[in-house]
Amino acid sequence: MSTLTDPPKEQFRLSMLLYDTRYRSATIQVIAMFGFMLLAAWLINNTLSNLAAQDKAFDFGFFTESAGYDINQRLLDYTSRDSHLRAALMGLLNTLVVAVLGCITATILGVVIGVLRLSSNWLIARLMTIYVEMFRNVPVLLWIVFVMAILIETLPAPRAFRGENPEATMSLADSVAVTNRGVYIPEPLFTRSLGDVHLFGTSSLRFDVSLDLMVILAVLGLSLWGAHRVTLRANRIQEATGERPRTWHTRTGIIVVPTLLVLTALGFHLGYPELKGFNFQGGTHLRNSLIALWLALSLYTAAFIAEIVRAGIMAISKGQTEAAAALGLRSNRIMRLVVLPQALRVIIPPLISNYLNLTKNSSLAIAVGYMDITGTLGGITMNQTGRELECVLLLMLVYLAISLSISAVMNWYNEAVKLKER
Amino acid sequence: MKKTVLLGAMAFAGLAAGAASAATLDDVKARGKLNCGVTVGLVGFAAPNANGEWEGFDVALCRAVAAAVLGDSTAVEFVPTTGKTRFTALASGEIDMLARNTTWTFSRDVDLKFEFVGVNYYDGQGFMVPKELGVSSAKELDGATVCIQTGTTTELNLADFFRSNNISYEPVPIETNAEAQQQYLAGACDVYTTDASGLAATRATFDDPANHVILPEIISKEPLGPLVRHGDHEWGDVVRWTLNALVAAEELGITSANLSEMAAGTDNPEINRLLGSEGTLGEMLGLDAAWAQNAIAAQGNYGEIFAKNIGEDTPVGLARGLNAQWTEGGLLYSPPFR
Repeated sequence: MSTLTDPPKEQFRLSMLLYDTRYRSATIQVIAMFGFMLLAAWLINNTLSNLAAQDKAFDFGFFTESAGYDINQRLLDYTSRDSHLRAALMGLLNTLVVAVLGCITATILGVVIGVLRLSSNWLIARLMTIYVEMFRNVPVLLWIVFVMAILIETLPAPRAFRGENPEATMSLADSVAVTNRGVYIPEPLFTRSLGDVHLFGTSSLRFDVSLDLMVILAVLGLSLWGAHRVTLRANRIQEATGERPRTWHTRTGIIVVPTLLVLTALGFHLGYPELKGFNFQGGTHLRNSLIALWLALSLYTAAFIAEIVRAGIMAISKGQTEAAAALGLRSNRIMRLVVLPQALRVIIPPLISNYLNLTKNSSLAIAVGYMDITGTLGGITMNQTGRELECVLLLMLVYLAISLSISAVMNWYNEAVKLKER
Repeated sequence: MKKTVLLGAMAFAGLAAGAASAATLDDVKARGKLNCGVTVGLVGFAAPNANGEWEGFDVALCRAVAAAVLGDSTAVEFVPTTGKTRFTALASGEIDMLARNTTWTFSRDVDLKFEFVGVNYYDGQGFMVPKELGVSSAKELDGATVCIQTGTTTELNLADFFRSNNISYEPVPIETNAEAQQQYLAGACDVYTTDASGLAATRATFDDPANHVILPEIISKEPLGPLVRHGDHEWGDVVRWTLNALVAAEELGITSANLSEMAAGTDNPEINRLLGSEGTLGEMLGLDAAWAQNAIAAQGNYGEIFAKNIGEDTPVGLARGLNAQWTEGGLLYSPPFR
């Protein structure tokens, strides 16, 4: 037997870092990291020396100073004496409002258009194609400005509602006024209101919670839960006996009656908008900046969502539809029960991107004078205080946080609905 | 090799950092062109004409500075800025000076680190409403919808005015004067508020200027003037004294018509010093002796510029008012050239 000797130990040479595949990737990564660190150091150094050259310091002290400007759409109370922080908060809420409204509308529109685009009706399918191509291929900023211009130029001004023979009248039994300043709709009022709970005292983050709303939501939640129990019971009876009891009247009753009782107890009534002075007073004012932004963002994003939905549906094998049809299902039930649930796993991931895009596109709000966070923190506050760096950094952080939250929620939903293989 | 990269990066960082604080006068001379920030368009003050050339009251100042520094009143690159972008453009060095109806305020001077070199128009904030509303005073505007340019001092004054008079309003924030005009004319807002000169200039472009009234209340002081970056005093002096030269020229009776005659030498030593036939004022500024002559030759003296762009014979139709010479009861007062 020959003895095995250890293979000769290879000497490590510097050139191996480059020519030996075992080390090469590590070498490249180390160099890239150095490069990245240099770049970051240069950016920071450049920023600091430029700030020093302008004699400015990096500090967020301006946040506690009084903002001095007014915001027309505010979901919480705000006056021009409040701090810049509170103004930024108002802007953030406005951003969230338009993002949530936009995402909901875009989804509904997008799904309907996506499904209709695959319709066997030639005309409908072509019309939807035209819609998609039209909205996808024109920048969203133009749509926003266009919608706003239409609202402003075509709708009557409040002064057209005045006088003996007004040029314009309110619609829906004098309850809704459509003007070029926005739409005024009736607002819910309570004669025996429970009042508000004030949270966080008088700080910049203060907000009021309406007890009326809380009570109504609680009762509605309980009713829905009760109605759900009735359905479960019907399921059990159906499984045991094969016959499904009629439940719709009990369920409607359980949902409607307690809510109606609570509303009556609180003295619910509607406050109608009325023409007083220069404007309509009372009611809820949906400003046309909000309407224009909401409409344009929804229509634009819906075109993309429609394409995603179409792709999702086309990804489902035709055999599924045929099999469902063979069982005797009608076409709309096939879509709802067989095709769409399977298509969701293809639809949801790109849908997340579109929700993010819509939210980020809402920063174009300033084009129509909607006071979102880009308008308050990144617009007026930045301009009045001259703290560009701080404001823009914060603005980026805010959008990052919003985007990551949307991603997290949608990813969680995706996990919940995706095809589970057993 | 790594060392070279590091050194290169450091040198690059050093250069980039240095750019913002270098002497603007040398930069302008080396570039052969003045970068001047103006509004995106306000007739009479700064707007491109039918041939695409910028003209107006603020534009004339840019041209005068270019003429004083470079001897050529056309060597100007006009950079349109909005109320929101103007300060960033100046602070970042994108423009050398800002001549854009900008109000001289404490915080802009002290906190935003700019240097206002003087006032070229004494203004105040006013309100414009359609005549048919029948409003005769700003205090009757309770509940009105007000169009306002964002990022301006007028926005803050507006909030203060309505709060202190205990009346409410609905602000409609707008980015530029053109958008405000569109909304106002369509009736999307009842009132348009900005500096009274801006209101007059905007009204001048309407089809029916007579149907719009500017309310009598002037709710603020708005001294509008050119500004430069804080800390570059040589450049600040050049812009300041160019403006003063235009004002002094009117006071001393120097016009574009008699300029060459006066420049040859007169009995008045101040005129001689100003126009460079005596003394070394130009040299002190780092310019040539004919600097003020060139500045005045560009568009005339202050009075001529005023009359040509925004005066009573123009569609804007502003009276001299506070902007008359101190000798005629106004506020214009140039420090002496000596």
